[in-house]
Amino acid sequence: MDNADLPAVSIGELATRIRSGRVSAADATEACLEKIARDNPGLNAFITVLADEARAQARQSDQELSAGRDRGPLHGVPVSLKDLIDVRGVPTTAASRVRGGHVASRDATVVTRLREAGAVLIGKCNLHEFAFGTTSEDSAFGPVRNPIDPSRSAGGSSGGSAAAVATGMAFASIGTDTGGSIRIPAAACGCVGLKPSYGEIPCDGVVPLSRSLDHVGPLARSVDDAWLVYHAIAGTPAVAPLAMRDRTAPSSLRLGLAEPYFCEVLDEEVRSAFEAERARLERAGARIVHVEVPHAHEIASIYLHIQLPEASAYHASVLERRPGDYTRSVRLRLELGRYVLAEDYLRALEGREVLRREVDAALEGCDALLLPTLPIPAPRLGASAVALGGRNEPVRGLMLRLTQLFDLTGHPAVTLPCSRTASLMPCGFQLVGRRDQTTGLLEIARACENR
Amino acid sequence: MTVQSWLEAALADAEARGLADLRPLLRSLAEATALLRRADWNEDAERGGQRSAAAARQRRPGTSGDGQR
Repeated sequence: MDNADLPAVSIGELATRIRSGRVSAADATEACLEKIARDNPGLNAFITVLADEARAQARQSDQELSAGRDRGPLHGVPVSLKDLIDVRGVPTTAASRVRGGHVASRDATVVTRLREAGAVLIGKCNLHEFAFGTTSEDSAFGPVRNPIDPSRSAGGSSGGSAAAVATGMAFASIGTDTGGSIRIPAAACGCVGLKPSYGEIPCDGVVPLSRSLDHVGPLARSVDDAWLVYHAIAGTPAVAPLAMRDRTAPSSLRLGLAEPYFCEVLDEEVRSAFEAERARLERAGARIVHVEVPHAHEIASIYLHIQLPEASAYHASVLERRPGDYTRSVRLRLELGRYVLAEDYLRALEGREVLRREVDAALEGCDALLLPTLPIPAPRLGASAVALGGRNEPVRGLMLRLTQLFDLTGHPAVTLPCSRTASLMPCGFQLVGRRDQTTGLLEIARACENR
Repeated sequence: MTVQSWLEAALADAEARGLADLRPLLRSLAEATALLRRADWNEDAERGGQRSAAAARQRRPGTSGDGQR
């Protein structure tokens, strides 16, 4: 049986092949392990490859399926995890020397749910140290490289997860998103990345960055696949595949486009790719309505004054005892957070409520918001600034610019691949839904997906 | 403390701790703090309520977007 395309097939297709006997879970796992052996040395997407454990889980999956115990569409599917997420008996390195010697004593809740769904845990993915960055290049294990152009970043902080999914080293991955860390690398590597609504997916057993901003979610190669993984980690794995539900038609959609701020600072190739997606959606019948987030120019300031001190509070004692064990740039930002005054943190919390109400208001007249995910293609490794609009703009601020708002407000947000830029780099467009309506957002995303 | 006095104290502290690399980050943070403090949602003890009437209306229950899940 020819399964040469196995690393690239969808989760749904893999599930079909497994149940028809065309392929086994062991075959799928071996295909991923072979891909990792071939591609990981050049991309550095994995910190820990769980080869023996994955093979054992795959054998068990095949035995269970043969015995008639079917756990659902993820049964036997190889999935990777950002190395912030605890797997019993396995180190959670957080890509940091600080965590040297750590071994998780129990599974994170999302891991327990993946096991219950029958997923095969293929390995722990590289990331920006402690998730505190947007490029995945500051890691005790070296940078993650972009699969399309290895001289560029894979985005971050879930860069390893995105590279693994984009290349078929895993069928999906679980990442975290505090300012954009699922959506940024997904856009940079050309895959789908979902940040669910705040609080929807349990974060216990996941190393925190900023607890009031942290989200856990899937990276996958399609909205259909993201749907299946999202429901598994949300604890609702028995839900029908998205393809079997009544289709949302693009012609039924009103998409809110916030051009002020969100479309002002864009690389011209990204702007062209985003405009092409907008035009495609309009040709399919979607109506674009213009919306605003009046305090958008305060987003970055609000985010900084919440994220910095929350991260610093978690790391404070280690920062004092072992500062040299952090990568330099992560250490500096952790130090920075300790200077934020309580009164300014409280001002930022109030600002967050203002933004939350403004995004709610923007969504009142439409089904979802539409905006780019990243204003630039994946930056070159080592670049701290890029030229944009005649100015030298810091990379970090640009990478966070269009994603961090929805970590602040808790609205679900998903990135989907655009057509490639003129330089053939991936880029993404975002859809943002109403709070606590992640399922509805994914239905809209499927209608908008460029397949 | 004012943003300026905060910045001066923070820069001196960073210098004393051998973290000169923090200085540009502190200056950027100071700009962001100044923006945050000028925002119109901040309450004003002298006049009562928000600096901006629009922000004050947004806070009251029943206004657009308030109370949605």
